[in-house]
Amino acid sequence: MLQSRIFRTTALAVSLGAVAVPAMAAEITGAGASFPAPIYAKWADAYQKATGNKVNYQSIGSGGGIKQINAKTVDFGASDKPLSVEELDKGGLMQFPTVIGGVVPVVNVTGVQPGNMNLTGAVLADIYLGKITKWNDKAIADLNPKLSLPATDIAVVRRADGSGTSFIFTNYLSKVSDEWKSKVGEGTAVQWPTGMGGKGNEGVAAFLQRIPNSVGYVEYAYAKQNKLAHVNLKNAAGNYVAPDDETFKDAAATADWNKSAFGEILTNQAGKKAWPITGATFILMHKVQDKPAQAVEVLKFFEWSYKNGDKMASDLDYVPLPESLIKQIAASWSNIKDASGKAVK
Amino acid sequence: MNESHKQGRLGDWLFFNLTRLFAVITLAMLVGVVISLTWSAMPSIKEFGFGFLFSSEWNPPAERFGALVPMYGTVVTSVIALVIALPISFGIALFLTELSPAWLRRPLGIAIELLAGIPSIVYGIWGLLVFAPIFGQYVQPLIGGTLGQLPIIGGLFSGPSLGIGILAAGIILAIMIIPFITSVMRDVFELVPPMLKESCYGLGGTTWEVVWKVVLPYTRVGVIGGVMLGLGRALGETMAVTFVIGNASLLSNFSLFLPGNSITSALANEFAEASPGLYTSALVELGLILFLITFIVLSFSKLLLLSLEKQSGKS
Repeated sequence: MLQSRIFRTTALAVSLGAVAVPAMAAEITGAGASFPAPIYAKWADAYQKATGNKVNYQSIGSGGGIKQINAKTVDFGASDKPLSVEELDKGGLMQFPTVIGGVVPVVNVTGVQPGNMNLTGAVLADIYLGKITKWNDKAIADLNPKLSLPATDIAVVRRADGSGTSFIFTNYLSKVSDEWKSKVGEGTAVQWPTGMGGKGNEGVAAFLQRIPNSVGYVEYAYAKQNKLAHVNLKNAAGNYVAPDDETFKDAAATADWNKSAFGEILTNQAGKKAWPITGATFILMHKVQDKPAQAVEVLKFFEWSYKNGDKMASDLDYVPLPESLIKQIAASWSNIKDASGKAVK
Repeated sequence: MNESHKQGRLGDWLFFNLTRLFAVITLAMLVGVVISLTWSAMPSIKEFGFGFLFSSEWNPPAERFGALVPMYGTVVTSVIALVIALPISFGIALFLTELSPAWLRRPLGIAIELLAGIPSIVYGIWGLLVFAPIFGQYVQPLIGGTLGQLPIIGGLFSGPSLGIGILAAGIILAIMIIPFITSVMRDVFELVPPMLKESCYGLGGTTWEVVWKVVLPYTRVGVIGGVMLGLGRALGETMAVTFVIGNASLLSNFSLFLPGNSITSALANEFAEASPGLYTSALVELGLILFLITFIVLSFSKLLLLSLEKQSGKS
């Protein structure tokens, strides 16, 4: 907090110093989720090249983003976990999604290639509950008649640090397993009934590659770039799907974004091709702005990014939002007002 | 003459107050840390009371928290580290000061100081990528097959050989604190007046007797100080432990092979994503507990020194 305050003071000093320059470049600051940090950085870079305006994004974690925006030390906060309507009202905040990503279960079992293994949500939940402990358990074998699975213990790996990835994953398990919902629940960190924790996607991948017969979960981009052996999941429509752009998009297409102030969690969606562990990441802003000029700059940045940033997002293995949703988001921006109650944009 | 005398007194007065100010700042910071930790931990202290110390539950979604697992992990990994590091450091320091040929002293001494300068994250990554696989594949099965078969203590060395867990974290910590304890021990061993040692040798003492009866009693305070420095570092070490301890808030049995958690790694892992309110407050209370553990360890070492001084007064 102190850091960002110092930072803002410096930023202020710098911008004051720049007053003499005719076209003053705007500078906005955001902080929060680490999952979308690469794409925000890329957008910010391209945006600065295109408009001269600067966006500083500090990747400090979703919890930190929520704290910072509530303390009004940043112009926008970012979180992988959408806030509930009550939480939003309490802080006087509004939220909107930016990009979509997926979480992918991955395995390290001898002879299992990427996309070779089929699992259902219920079986995945039982593995993470510690109820299924062997790879040749009947529940797994029945789903994979073609694979010869070893009679070894399953080494369960999950994230040790609080993370939006864990939130999406546990949210999915809660939706498909009542036992998971009642015993463990959902959150950026939960009381895991079994297994060991690696720090970050890298930590999980490191454990996974070094411990034979392990199962873990990582962000899609991470699984793809490291060629980890992802599994196919049975979605709510009853089809086995592989994680890719198409299945993520399908999950986003069927969601009803209106009912929860955009706070939609895209897990276990009904679409035929929907990847079941999909999630969006969110931007948080105050509804009543002390500094409306800054808010306008934030909105301009995201407007520009929605318009020009799809290719950049796809390159980094994120999935851009559907056009209809972007229209709804742009319409919701009229809720951001200055102190007199006038819409800033 | 008189003028410069006055100036000198003013200078003294300024210097005295300046240094006193620095000393007071230290104290004020200490008090400030305790107050702010306690203040931020208040919601959690009110909610859980003393039960916080004895509950092994750490359930963020249900907002039920207890410190037993991380406290256990912190204390046990530090004790393992100390048990391994103490004799090894003692041996190294002894070799360097008493037994080593002169040409080897400098390079060995520099090597140890370099080890002390390696950042902890490097130890952590090395532990995860290099040490843990070897440890899990070769060393753990060996320990499990030998020590693990013994009655009573066998339970400490049972379970799957994952390569990571409380024992692995303790060993990494031992490797990290060996340079600290060694360099302090070596420095104090070198302070022993050669005359005392020569006298003992002159009376027919063996190297062992010289070390045990002359060097150690003479350097007792420094040696304990070095050990406490190492212990303090082990208690507070964060990144290296986080990488290899496994980060599991479970306490199903007491096997050192199982993944565990420590106070510092719980903080490092969870603080950034913790939701404001009880969760954050419980994490801050963990920090407060670590502060108290360190305080108790320090007080204990002071008491130990006091009683040693009394004993040496009697003899």
